[in-house]
Amino acid sequence: MDREITLEVDGAGRASTVDTRTSLLDALRERLGVTSAKKGCDHGQCGACTVLLDGRRVNSCLVLAVTADGAQVTTSDGLAGEGPHRLHETFVDHDAYQCGYCTPGQIASAAGVLAEVAQGWPSAVTEDLVAERTELTDAEIRERMSGNLCRCAAYANIVPAIAEVAVEQGVRA
Amino acid sequence: MTATTERAVGSDVRRLEGPDKVRGRAPYAYEHELGAQAVFVALVQSTVARGRITAIDSAAATAVPGVLAVLTHEDAPRLGDVVEELRVLQGPQVQYVGEPVAAVVAETSEVARDAAARVQVTYESGAPDVVLTADRTDLYAPEQLMAGFETDSVIGDVDTALAAAPVSVDVTYTTPVQHNNPIEMHATVARWDGDVLRMWDANQGPHNLVPVITEAFGITADQLHITSPHVGGAFGSKAFTHVHQLIAGMAAKVTGRTVKVELTRQQMFTLVGHRTPTIQRLRLGAQPDGTLTAISHEVVEHTSQNAEFAEQTATATRLMYAAPARRTTHRLARLDVPPPTIMRAPGETPGMYALESAVDELAVELGIDPVELRLRNEPARDPERDVPWSTRNLVACLTEGAQRFGWAGRDPRPGVREDGRWLVGTGVAAATYPTRRRPSEARIQAVPGQPYVVSIDASDIGTGARTALTQIAADALRVPLDQVDLRIADSRLPKASGAGGSTGITSWGPAILAAADELRDREVPPGGLTVTGSSGPGEEAEQLSSHAFGAHFAEVRVDRDSGEVRVPRMTGVFAAGRIINPVTARSQFLGGMTMGLSMALHEQTVLDAGRGHFANHDLAEYHVAAHADVGAMDIHWLDEVDEAHNPLGAKGIGEIGIVGAAAAIGNAYWHATGRRVRDLPITPDRYFG
Amino acid sequence: MREFRYEKATDPAGAVALLAGEPEGAYLGGGTNLVDLMRLGVATPDVLVDVRTLTSTEVEDLPDGGLRIGAAVPNADLAAERRVRERYPLLAQALLAGASGQLRNRATTGGNLLQRTRCTYFTDTTMPCNKRAPGSGCGAVTGLHRNLAVLGATDEGPESAHTCIATHPSDLAVALRALDAQVRVLGAGGERSVPMAELHRLPGDDPSRDTTLAHGELITAIDVPALPWATRSRYRKVRDRASYAFALVSVAAAMDLDGGCVRDVRIALGGMAHAPWRATVAEDALRGGPATEEAFAAAAEAELAAARPLADNAFKVPMATNMITRTLLQISTEARS
Repeated sequence: MDREITLEVDGAGRASTVDTRTSLLDALRERLGVTSAKKGCDHGQCGACTVLLDGRRVNSCLVLAVTADGAQVTTSDGLAGEGPHRLHETFVDHDAYQCGYCTPGQIASAAGVLAEVAQGWPSAVTEDLVAERTELTDAEIRERMSGNLCRCAAYANIVPAIAEVAVEQGVRA
Repeated sequence: MTATTERAVGSDVRRLEGPDKVRGRAPYAYEHELGAQAVFVALVQSTVARGRITAIDSAAATAVPGVLAVLTHEDAPRLGDVVEELRVLQGPQVQYVGEPVAAVVAETSEVARDAAARVQVTYESGAPDVVLTADRTDLYAPEQLMAGFETDSVIGDVDTALAAAPVSVDVTYTTPVQHNNPIEMHATVARWDGDVLRMWDANQGPHNLVPVITEAFGITADQLHITSPHVGGAFGSKAFTHVHQLIAGMAAKVTGRTVKVELTRQQMFTLVGHRTPTIQRLRLGAQPDGTLTAISHEVVEHTSQNAEFAEQTATATRLMYAAPARRTTHRLARLDVPPPTIMRAPGETPGMYALESAVDELAVELGIDPVELRLRNEPARDPERDVPWSTRNLVACLTEGAQRFGWAGRDPRPGVREDGRWLVGTGVAAATYPTRRRPSEARIQAVPGQPYVVSIDASDIGTGARTALTQIAADALRVPLDQVDLRIADSRLPKASGAGGSTGITSWGPAILAAADELRDREVPPGGLTVTGSSGPGEEAEQLSSHAFGAHFAEVRVDRDSGEVRVPRMTGVFAAGRIINPVTARSQFLGGMTMGLSMALHEQTVLDAGRGHFANHDLAEYHVAAHADVGAMDIHWLDEVDEAHNPLGAKGIGEIGIVGAAAAIGNAYWHATGRRVRDLPITPDRYFG
Repeated sequence: MREFRYEKATDPAGAVALLAGEPEGAYLGGGTNLVDLMRLGVATPDVLVDVRTLTSTEVEDLPDGGLRIGAAVPNADLAAERRVRERYPLLAQALLAGASGQLRNRATTGGNLLQRTRCTYFTDTTMPCNKRAPGSGCGAVTGLHRNLAVLGATDEGPESAHTCIATHPSDLAVALRALDAQVRVLGAGGERSVPMAELHRLPGDDPSRDTTLAHGELITAIDVPALPWATRSRYRKVRDRASYAFALVSVAAAMDLDGGCVRDVRIALGGMAHAPWRATVAEDALRGGPATEEAFAAAAEAELAAARPLADNAFKVPMATNMITRTLLQISTEARS
């Protein structure tokens, strides 16, 4: 059943007719021509489709587009301002990818991680659950980024790429 | 032949397409023809492992609004003379669970998928035969192995030498079915422009597909145009033509539309191949001083009913160590499974896991340090082919790696190191991968005042080839990088070998050098000049034994209560010829080693013996290593140049990183716990086995 | 995926009223499991009533010192909630051990409890499964069952309509089971409170039903009673990967110590059964006894005596025994330091 929705995608208002069955990911890829969010599993098992939905990182494959009517969607591409986002630069500099397919999802996820840490959210490896401040250590990056699989296995390069930005943003010493 | 100038080659050039990739603007196959009114294909798959379709009722699917066509074996276009495994929708026979039996084409992907679920298929079926054992009576010796290797090799009297050996091991290892699982699922966009088939496709080299697709559709190479500018990983699964590419061509023909086929992750487990499971018996005999007297490596693996895939699992054993008596054998069982395919270092990956684990077990029996045992059995020449090495620096890899890792003074006793509740151990294994070159052609167009256009149907599946080839071309043409306009991954460009077998740089690079040589000392007229060059295997293939070598060291921690395994650090040292781009090369080694870690600890696809299907078939149930599984990775390579093999002095680096990595981890697991796990993967339950 | 109508209500009662007339309808929370199952053809609702933000997204204090958690609170927010981290560490740890950051951002508290099993025979519509297709048999008992139940399952053979060895995948539910939480449910007949002990059920002779909720009943909140000694609690999850994987075995435990004695203890297990498994045998054995490793191990073994594992999941028995022992030991060690 078709429904009209509007989304703000990477800063631009977009209207689309979607099937109620259409995922946010497929609305982006198959209807709006947005290529930054990728399909790697369609079941929330790989993270390639990660976008920021109203500022929070989510798997866009598991969000029905109709439920996102009126929402703000930010892909990796939309993180860029006048120039590239710092994560774009550090990922290139640390060669934090190979094939590049999971990469926009990794970067959108990393942007989410940085925001979550800034709010003091703990993770499964946080030693002191009630600490006021969380330091984005290597172990914290690894745990928090584990929802983004990289089959080329650039993990050991992704960690320093995120760490560099974490330092700049004051969530890592 | 002129050597490269070393200006760009060897320097840390960042991936040229990097800025586009990180933002998600580099287009992958499915992301082409965004503006076209494309239609979508969903597949219906067999639910039985062997049998015949007795009836297909597609009425309910056809009735769904938006459905354009339902293709079945009864009405799909007839294909030309393609190999059996590719005869999709051509007949009623079914040979594995998941074989496509119908394809639905619809205006949207949602409708296509819904309609596909409504196609009713009735089968006449028999019990599946999918269980591989070493004592099956129907095991057979294939005529030859993949890549043309002999099925068996025998030198000397192995059984007598083993019986006489003062120290020996006789151990059997198994590796499970594994799946390549690139994160980009296989996808094809296809359209017929008149009698020309245009395809945007995820593959490891458009030219790889041309013979099959032209034959399938009865067209000439001029009538087929395939491009694949960016490919989201492959690891072997995108090397060969698979059925979905033919279905795309058929669906486009039937509907006259631009069609998009994207496999689901679940379909990735049946339609694009898998790594065969192996059962490997290793017998090693040695003198008390560690000198090997006999090596026997017997392999049992599976293939499918519709294809013979004979993986060269024990071929690395033919060259790794000196020993007067030696034997390798390969036997296959033909089962009701989907066709296997190549997966990162097919042969070497499972084979070296077994050999390097057995060498570790022998070191324990001998009471000799496992690094030292390997050093004592270093062959001066290729022990089976009896030809010299072009370069072989395994010894240096082992000694350098031992130094970097801090191996010296290692207590050999297992199960005696504790850190809290963790049991801690270390392990080592060697690595090797063949160095080869394949026929390739390149073209350079020179126009005064413009960048050189360098064209070759090479492929960058994440390897960094686009960047490395640009570096090679820039040096050969003696210009800065921005004066090279490299065009790759297009079937209309000069024919090149596919990305596979770690042959990209050794095959494509020399072709570009050859073309550049044609240009040298020639004046470029105002209207421009086009030159071509080619390269291929030369005398070195017969006269020399050429391989990359490496050494892996791993620290493993095992939770003494839960059996959880962690790998806090690994060191890999490689001797792999001239490194064209240190940045992307490091990522290749890193990616290989990490995939080896994933193989050691996580990866297994389980065949259901009763139903014949791969029971775990998504990324929640087929585990690949996640961020949290990977610790500190120390990557290093030796300063090696192998100009006896090719003018670049390079070797392939895409696969050696995975070879042996799982053995280093398995050996460290034994050192940590005292338990020798001989069946991968080493999941927590193995601790309680 | 089957076509469906998408509906929104203005309040929980409206949502209940909408679904009451839709026998094949379903509530949509975060969708992280339901959309997944719909795409597989496992769930085939013809109407979705969106309740993701409809019930409360707040965590409120209860008069007794406990917490009322709105059913719409996302898992990530609940794990970050300071009162949860301070009062119920095991609850925060359980949430953080589940899924991924992205999924926790979207998944709701209520929806988390209603996850379906990840048994591969349940999620594959071409396979027999009594839970998905009642009467079709169980593929798992003779197939892939390495991560399926060893406690409280029904195994009458692969052909039986009763056989089911599914596990419940939620981590949160295990912690809530240990905490004796109450689930507030709104139905057509009004509101009721369901103890966690009664929310999830064992397969018995009807594996198709995961919970005791009737069609159309909506979880509105979870009440977690005060348990001052839950500040000494832990959730320990063993899984195949270091992160982003379902539990092989998990233990939620809290312990109240009186010197060297166990005054009170709560233990629940995940990955072991069709429902979060409260280890009452172990608790009874420990209460009033010494807080020693030997006593912990003996209690764990007593609990696991009821296990009926199959060939490939037998490891869960020693693994769970070890993890109960280890988790209690850690709590008692920390209490003494």
